[in-house]
Amino acid sequence: MNTKLRNSNPVIANVDIAVIGGGIVGCATARRMTLEGASVILVEKSTDILAGASKGNSAILHTGFDAPVNSLEHKCIQNGYQEYLEIHKDMNLPLLKTGALLVAWTAEEEKQFSSIIEKAKKNGVDDLRLLNTKELQQLEPNLAETALAAIEVPREFVIDPWSAPLAYLSQAVANGCQTLFNSEISSGEFDGKQWTLHTNNGDIKAKHVVNSAGLYGDILDKNLLGDSEFIIKPRKGEFVVFDKAAHALVKNIILPIPTEITKGVVIFPTIFGNLAVGPTADEQEGRDDASVDKANLEMLYQLALEKIPALKNIPVTATYAGIRPATEKKEYRIRHVTEKNWITLGGIRSTGLTAALGIAQHVQKLFAEQNHQYKKLTSPLLEAVPNLAEHLTRDWQTPGYDEIICHCEMATKREILAALNSTIPPGSLAGLKRRTRVTMGRCQGFYCSAKLSELTENKFIEPISVGETDD
Amino acid sequence: MTNTIKEHCDVAIIGSGPAGLSAAITLQKSGIDNIIVIERDDEAGGTPRHCGHPPFGFKEYKQILTGPKYANKNVQRALKLGIEIQCKTTVTNLGEHGELSLATPEGLKTLVAKRVIIATGTRETPRSARFVSGDRALGIYNTGALQAMVYLKGKIPFKRPVIVGTEIVSFSALLTCRKAGIKPVAMIEANSKASVRWPIYYSHYLFSTKLLLNSKINKLIGKNRIEAVEIIDKTGQISTLDCDGVLFTGMFTPESSLVRMSHLAFDPETYSPTVDQQGRCSDPAYYAAGNLRQLPAEEGRNPLCYAKGQAPQAVNVSGFCWDQGREVAKNLLKDLE
Ligand SMILES: Cc1cc2nc3c(=O)[nH]c(=O)nc-3n(C[C@H](O)[C@H](O)[C@H](O)COP(=O)(O)OP(=O)(O)OC[C@H]3O[C@@H](n4cnc5c(N)ncnc54)[C@H](O)[C@@H]3O)c2cc1C
Ligand SMILES: Cc1cc2nc3c(=O)[nH]c(=O)nc-3n(C[C@H](O)[C@H](O)[C@H](O)COP(=O)(O)OP(=O)(O)OC[C@H]3O[C@@H](n4cnc5c(N)ncnc54)[C@H](O)[C@@H]3O)c2cc1C
Repeated sequence: MNTKLRNSNPVIANVDIAVIGGGIVGCATARRMTLEGASVILVEKSTDILAGASKGNSAILHTGFDAPVNSLEHKCIQNGYQEYLEIHKDMNLPLLKTGALLVAWTAEEEKQFSSIIEKAKKNGVDDLRLLNTKELQQLEPNLAETALAAIEVPREFVIDPWSAPLAYLSQAVANGCQTLFNSEISSGEFDGKQWTLHTNNGDIKAKHVVNSAGLYGDILDKNLLGDSEFIIKPRKGEFVVFDKAAHALVKNIILPIPTEITKGVVIFPTIFGNLAVGPTADEQEGRDDASVDKANLEMLYQLALEKIPALKNIPVTATYAGIRPATEKKEYRIRHVTEKNWITLGGIRSTGLTAALGIAQHVQKLFAEQNHQYKKLTSPLLEAVPNLAEHLTRDWQTPGYDEIICHCEMATKREILAALNSTIPPGSLAGLKRRTRVTMGRCQGFYCSAKLSELTENKFIEPISVGETDD
Repeated sequence: MTNTIKEHCDVAIIGSGPAGLSAAITLQKSGIDNIIVIERDDEAGGTPRHCGHPPFGFKEYKQILTGPKYANKNVQRALKLGIEIQCKTTVTNLGEHGELSLATPEGLKTLVAKRVIIATGTRETPRSARFVSGDRALGIYNTGALQAMVYLKGKIPFKRPVIVGTEIVSFSALLTCRKAGIKPVAMIEANSKASVRWPIYYSHYLFSTKLLLNSKINKLIGKNRIEAVEIIDKTGQISTLDCDGVLFTGMFTPESSLVRMSHLAFDPETYSPTVDQQGRCSDPAYYAAGNLRQLPAEEGRNPLCYAKGQAPQAVNVSGFCWDQGREVAKNLLKDLE
């Protein structure tokens, strides 16, 4: 590449820390380090946050009962879990206290109970409880009769997978963090003191870099550090979401007995008042390919019906997929290259939603160990996000909303306009969905697409409507 | 959610489409004057409001009208009789003995009606419930969304879509595309012949859109916006068709989640409220009319049946719904006396 041209790139930010990647992990890290007093910029190549692995997941807040014992992952999960419970009310983030049941469907599976409980104890989760067939049926009468027994994990909860990271970044921004979207970091140099990062929109000077590029973490390391310690092996997980009537059929998250290879397919209540089944686990080449596959969807659908027969007559609302940034190893791939002021948060595979706040704490510790102490903000601003959880008061339940635009999900004009005009506005219809629930419901836009195309005019790079009618 | 205002009326009608308005008009003319029609949209008239094409209203007005003109006539007729239509008002719960929960921009309300007629209509089955492979790109719609965009907002969501299905509504879609300057690249149909017969059947020749029979969508291609579709034919041959949108037409399903979530008996086969010959639901305070009430299909209605391309549910034309609204109103009158 032409270095002369590169040198003449305008410097658009000069900060202590550049966080590369606006996934869950990047959003949590930007918040933590901003609150610690560092000047931070979050750089994201997409039009919006949550465009990669963080786009679709099961939204479970894990206790870490089944995490690898003594692992960094386990520590981050527990710290993340704890911090979420501490901050969620102030940020207006929901918590659906479902609990989880590890259900054994065969005698063979039941034999594994003791080792599961033992592992949980080692992980500091000691409130697990055994349920026999009768107790299980009393607790979850809609489970198929073939359910033999279960372990109850009372503190596995469900959260809002999109509002949480949005709240983290919103608080960071309220306290001075900068954001840069549509900007891919393609290359950069470290001069011994600071990094110069090149984006298509100009250069960023940063003393430190945090690589939270998720599905592209290995590529970013290679391009800027010269090597990567891991290879991303994208692993897709598909889901089927049932309509609202299904939500009442089970109270708990229904977990299968895990195997060596996978945690298996889960049936879980969603924070939006649905019931979902998934994920599958399929390795693939594509890092961006979040397409669903009909055969997989049918498999999930049948599996859900088998476990909860009453689902038979409840329509499917939506299907989606998420891609785990897995690597060739199971563990998190966190790497600190002190001589280059570089931290890689790689391979945050399947627990990142829970662990993100804990990972951010870990990053702060790494900085502290390197004697980079910042002046912690004494009274940071709080940032509350709008509530999207079905079990709490929604916008339509408060007067003055003007009009309900999305009738299936009851999203109002007031909340749509507020999202479009917020400090971190959605860059796409998908982003608006994540902030308001529009078009997520059973009609998938049959009723509201026309109104949305008008309300979002000139707001998105990829607009809903591509032109005007002829007459 | 507390402090809700409680109101009362004789008859509450949910939905201001042809069925709801004809019921209201019939009741008003028979001397019941404490009627409230509740409509969640910002304007009254129901689905025909979005259908800027004929034929509507032949039975009712002895004229062939476009949907919006027809809807407007219905609304004007109701208003002239002094019928109250509350727009931007959503019924969120059907309670026992006609106690309705309403969401309005002014706040939550409770409306207690001696009788309720539910006339919330139908909608098409979206892509998700049909289990179609591919990403979630922009450009995937149902006819209802296309028509609302074209006729109410003057906008188009694509320029070269593939139309899936050959029901009557699929040809409405074709007509709408033509009017709006959209050029569909093909219509595809899983069966060996189109679902509707002549004369509409031949209209695709008029619009020079090719009709691919024995064909199904195998996969949608495109990440941000639809770029192409993979089509699979009866022999398993896969071909790719460039396009910038996919329109899933038909496979109508009742807009019945309100009923499903309520105490009313619900028919899991048709997704409709269970009604007797009078159109009365299991709670005698409730009646149902219009396209919400579907006849049983030959095959089950679960999404897997749809995915296998089995017999879709037909949608009734507005004239039929108009008649049914009137009939149900008459039955209700007898029962009120
Ligand atoms: C199917 C599934 C189910 C899951 N269920 C759960 C669960 O129940 N509970 C739980 O706690 N966790 C769960 N997870 C895990 C969680 O979703 C992930 O751990 C998390 O999303 C990883 O986030 P990330 O920030 O590391 O990566 P990403 O979300 O991929 O973020 C990386 C970002 O970096 C951007 N980027 C990449 N390269 C560049 C560049 N060069 N320049 C600028 N920007 C760049 C990308 O656009 C992207 O936005 C699940 C995950 C999946 C896939
Ligand atoms: C694309 C398309 C093309 C068509 N073309 C033709 C045609 O050419 N000729 C023809 O005769 N028919 C046509 N039809 C069919 C016709 O539109 C229907 O037969 C007719 O509108 C059904 O009347 P209805 O009163 O049962 O329901 P709708 O007209 O659908 O009215 C239902 C009303 O209920 C309201 N509602 C729903 N839920 C709630 C709630 N919870 N609270 C408050 N209000 C609620 C809705 O907003 C809506 O206004 C077409 C339909 C479609 C979708």
